[in-house]
Amino acid sequence: MATLAPPPPRTEKPERRRPSGGGRGPTPPHGLGFGGEGGGGAASLPESRYYTGMWLGLAGIVMIFTAFTSAYFVRKGLSDDWRPLALPPLLWVNTLLLVASSGTLEMAKRSYPMPRPFQRWWIATIALGGLFLAGQLTAWQQLAAAGVYVDTNPSSSFFYLLTASHAVHLAGGLGALLWLTWRLFRGGLTKLAVGVTALYWHFMDGLWVYLMLLLVIWR
Amino acid sequence: MILAVTIWLITLVTAVAFAGRYWWFPPSAASHGAALDGQFVITLLVTGVVFIAAQVALGYLLIRYKDKPGAQASHSHGSTKMEIVWTSATAILFFLMVLPGQSIWADLYIREAPADALQIEITGQQFAWNMRYPGPDGQFGRTSPELMDDSAGNPVGLDFEDPAATDDLVLPTMAIPVDRPIELLLRSKDVTHSFFVRELRIKQDTVPGLMIPLRFTATDTGQFEIACAELCGLGHHRMRSFIDVLSEADYQQWLADMSE
Amino acid sequence: MSDTHAVHHPPPSGFIQKYVFSKDHKVIGIQYFLLALFSVFVGMALSILIRFNLVWPGTEVGLLETLFPQGAPGGIMTPEFYLAMLTMHGTIMVFMVLTTAPQGGFGNYFLPIQIGALDMAFPTLNMLSFWLTFVSLVVLMAAFFVTGGPPTSGWTAYAPLSALGEVAGPGLGTGQNLWIISIAIFCVASLLGALNFITTVLDLRTKGMTLMRMPLTVWSWFVTAILGLLAFGVLLSAGVLLLLDRTLGTSFFIPGGLVVSDQMIDHTGGSPLLWQHLFWFFGHPEVYIAILPGMGVTSQILSVFSRKPVFGYRAMVYALFAIGILGFMVWGHHMFMSGMSPYSAIAFSLMTTAIAVPSAIKTFNWLGTMWGGRIRFATPMLFSIGFVSLFVSGGLGGLFLNQPATDVYLHDTYFVVGHFHLIMGVAAIFGIFAGTYYWFPKMFGRMMNERLGKIHFWITFVGVNAIFMPMHFLGMVGNPRRYAELTAFNFLSELEGLHLFITIAAFLTIAGQFIFLANFFGSLFKGEKAPVNPWEATTLEWTVPSPPPHDNFDGKLPEVHHGPYEYSLPGASKDYVMQTESASRKEPV
Repeated sequence: MATLAPPPPRTEKPERRRPSGGGRGPTPPHGLGFGGEGGGGAASLPESRYYTGMWLGLAGIVMIFTAFTSAYFVRKGLSDDWRPLALPPLLWVNTLLLVASSGTLEMAKRSYPMPRPFQRWWIATIALGGLFLAGQLTAWQQLAAAGVYVDTNPSSSFFYLLTASHAVHLAGGLGALLWLTWRLFRGGLTKLAVGVTALYWHFMDGLWVYLMLLLVIWR
Repeated sequence: MILAVTIWLITLVTAVAFAGRYWWFPPSAASHGAALDGQFVITLLVTGVVFIAAQVALGYLLIRYKDKPGAQASHSHGSTKMEIVWTSATAILFFLMVLPGQSIWADLYIREAPADALQIEITGQQFAWNMRYPGPDGQFGRTSPELMDDSAGNPVGLDFEDPAATDDLVLPTMAIPVDRPIELLLRSKDVTHSFFVRELRIKQDTVPGLMIPLRFTATDTGQFEIACAELCGLGHHRMRSFIDVLSEADYQQWLADMSE
Repeated sequence: MSDTHAVHHPPPSGFIQKYVFSKDHKVIGIQYFLLALFSVFVGMALSILIRFNLVWPGTEVGLLETLFPQGAPGGIMTPEFYLAMLTMHGTIMVFMVLTTAPQGGFGNYFLPIQIGALDMAFPTLNMLSFWLTFVSLVVLMAAFFVTGGPPTSGWTAYAPLSALGEVAGPGLGTGQNLWIISIAIFCVASLLGALNFITTVLDLRTKGMTLMRMPLTVWSWFVTAILGLLAFGVLLSAGVLLLLDRTLGTSFFIPGGLVVSDQMIDHTGGSPLLWQHLFWFFGHPEVYIAILPGMGVTSQILSVFSRKPVFGYRAMVYALFAIGILGFMVWGHHMFMSGMSPYSAIAFSLMTTAIAVPSAIKTFNWLGTMWGGRIRFATPMLFSIGFVSLFVSGGLGGLFLNQPATDVYLHDTYFVVGHFHLIMGVAAIFGIFAGTYYWFPKMFGRMMNERLGKIHFWITFVGVNAIFMPMHFLGMVGNPRRYAELTAFNFLSELEGLHLFITIAAFLTIAGQFIFLANFFGSLFKGEKAPVNPWEATTLEWTVPSPPPHDNFDGKLPEVHHGPYEYSLPGASKDYVMQTESASRKEPV
């Protein structure tokens, strides 16, 4: 439904100058209301909102995984039917791939806007991200082949739940990378878009490392 | 003006309806009932005073500061001193009220049952209560979910291969002796129910997968209704049973009758 | 419309983009409002059925069979139909009305204008939030039309009743699945909305709009959004787990060894209490999500119509945050009887008592705002005064329930029903009504009818007291909640008269709401044209035309020089100072 409307313009409308001309305007008087540091004074929708919004979005995601984590510990601690899950070794390879992708994305971000190195690092990130997702899928298949399904044991339920939830979020990040790639070749890629996407990607990387530790240490 | 009077009238009617006890708790028949009811009354007094004071003040302001020609509102942003005074006053009042009540709770829910407490196991199910007495041997026999069968008359799944189970008594209603500590062991075989007896001032969810103890002592004889207080399905409103509080002699007689 | 305007921020052309898939926060605000208006009438219709069945169970009503062949065969409501209506009433009212109208509706419309912004921070995301909410409502409504009907597990959906499926009762099959999916979509919509609101407040304030110059409405929307951001993710997680238990055979909430209707259930080791903890970790902040915007609107309106600054503005802001933060630490007070550790019950009880303190600060400061003022009794003011009165009545009832000892008896009785309806139901609705009467002129360019508004207020104010106060007495007698019929217990028979009284009061009050509906739609077309600032208020929305142009300020962003509540300033030419008025004209006192 949302696609009926045009995609959100990342590059903002031309910066509007306030008609009331130069200077900072009169200093707010004290004693009337509460004077102080002064507000943002945004002339238009400011670019800073993308970083703010992303940080807040990540806070929301943190709460989702916090709830999963507490459910994990409660379910594990209260029951007598928990059997530790033998993680497929492939997950370690996947972890390396994802950590590496964070590195390549950071290199891409730093080399922006130099076209050649940027493109090289950028494409490498997408490839590594795609490989990670494929690797996760393979790990699922290995488990399923070993007869470990989502309802086999609470430990496997949580394994599938956590990996799937992470994969959905990471796939969103991969989608953003691909979308920006389209913009890269079409023109209109901004440092801001790269930065915000990198923030999300690094977070997903960190989240995965956290989930790995959770699954390994408290299995 | 009318608004102020309406607010006062609502306040008055509410206060009278509470104070007049037209609708009130049934008389307590449990040893902890007096303390619990007392805590309710204290809370009612404190909140009642605050309720009346706040609503009366609200009505007064509406009359006193109604807009009139020539009136001038004061330009005040507040007063930190008053802010601090009423904040701390409220905090002290409410905490003084709430703290003593915690010991009633602790007595009821935290203290261990005495060793001679009479144990009765209660299993909730959609939509009935099953009361199990251990029988002459004083021991609850083994049960297993596989053996639960309502139509075969074994709702709690007694395993008759266990000798301790053969004399267990499973009944749809219950009786207890007066003035003896009782320990109920609450379970459920399907969904969450809640064991509620008004006169005994007890209520406890029965949670599948858990066995929750509930301790009390009845102080008066009589027959009381057991209700379910947690939504458990379409028959929730008719999940009813009885508890008879009997004298020790009557109780022993009842037990003998039931064992036959 | 000036040329510069057209160049800089062209309004969309075409019906669909203008009114349906609009990114304009004002249009989205109205969409949210209308969604809530539709939902509140559905929810009210359900409460008619609920109250009817309690007083006249087993009565044959031909119309019911036509409408609900499944739920009322032969025109007689079944107990499961009663529970389905109860579940849908709670779900619709809590999510689709109390969460959407004050925040998605008024917040969307007025937050950007009140801080001097062109729009929300992410207009497309805003549109997405609304349409996800819409889809969520559609999915929820679909539950009426599936086999088995809507779920019968209550709006709290306690596991394992909600987790076992059809075997545990009617409506717990497809209906329950739709319920979970609807709530999950609603969570995503609310999360997106929350991050949008917070970003807007942090990054889009106009020049001079310092944090401490924001109207209390903005503060309340801000704190509400923070609560939403932290709470809805947890409900989303819980919903996913529940859905997995129901569809993929996992055992997060279903313990082992269950026998339902003589059938063995093939699950092991899950924890029913885990669901309750996750649900109430969301559920308690949710009640503040419902009420905080009402507090903001009330603070605003009391100040405007008393012609006095808000008493203790800073204290009001701090109290909002205190309520918000404490709101995350008290969820266990819903679970005193659940089998949770009795020690933690004491901790939760004391935390909950602490919430009474900031709530009392708010009440005192509302009274302080009116004290020494010149009170104008317009309809928005009446509803705000009603809010204060109901907030006091409902809030004090909480002091019986936050003590585990007294809660032993009162838990899950009508005492609880009376308490939460007064405070998070009716008080919050009074906040919404106050906001509607107050902002209608700005939103639609016409005034609402004052006489009808007052009649509506009187019926509603007296009515809700008559409905919900007596419920406390039902609870004291021990009437458990969620009983489809009151016929099975001896002790409930003495309550018939009181139940009848409540039902009649409810029907009259509901009838009175059609006056509001008539006033709303009548004024939309026939109302007197609204001036820019009909209430002589100071905040930014009253500096722009009614209704405001597409980009709110017609290309000239305002500059703020004053706090939001400068009324009756001595020596000023009139009794209010707009936030935008230049500072040089008058000296601070």
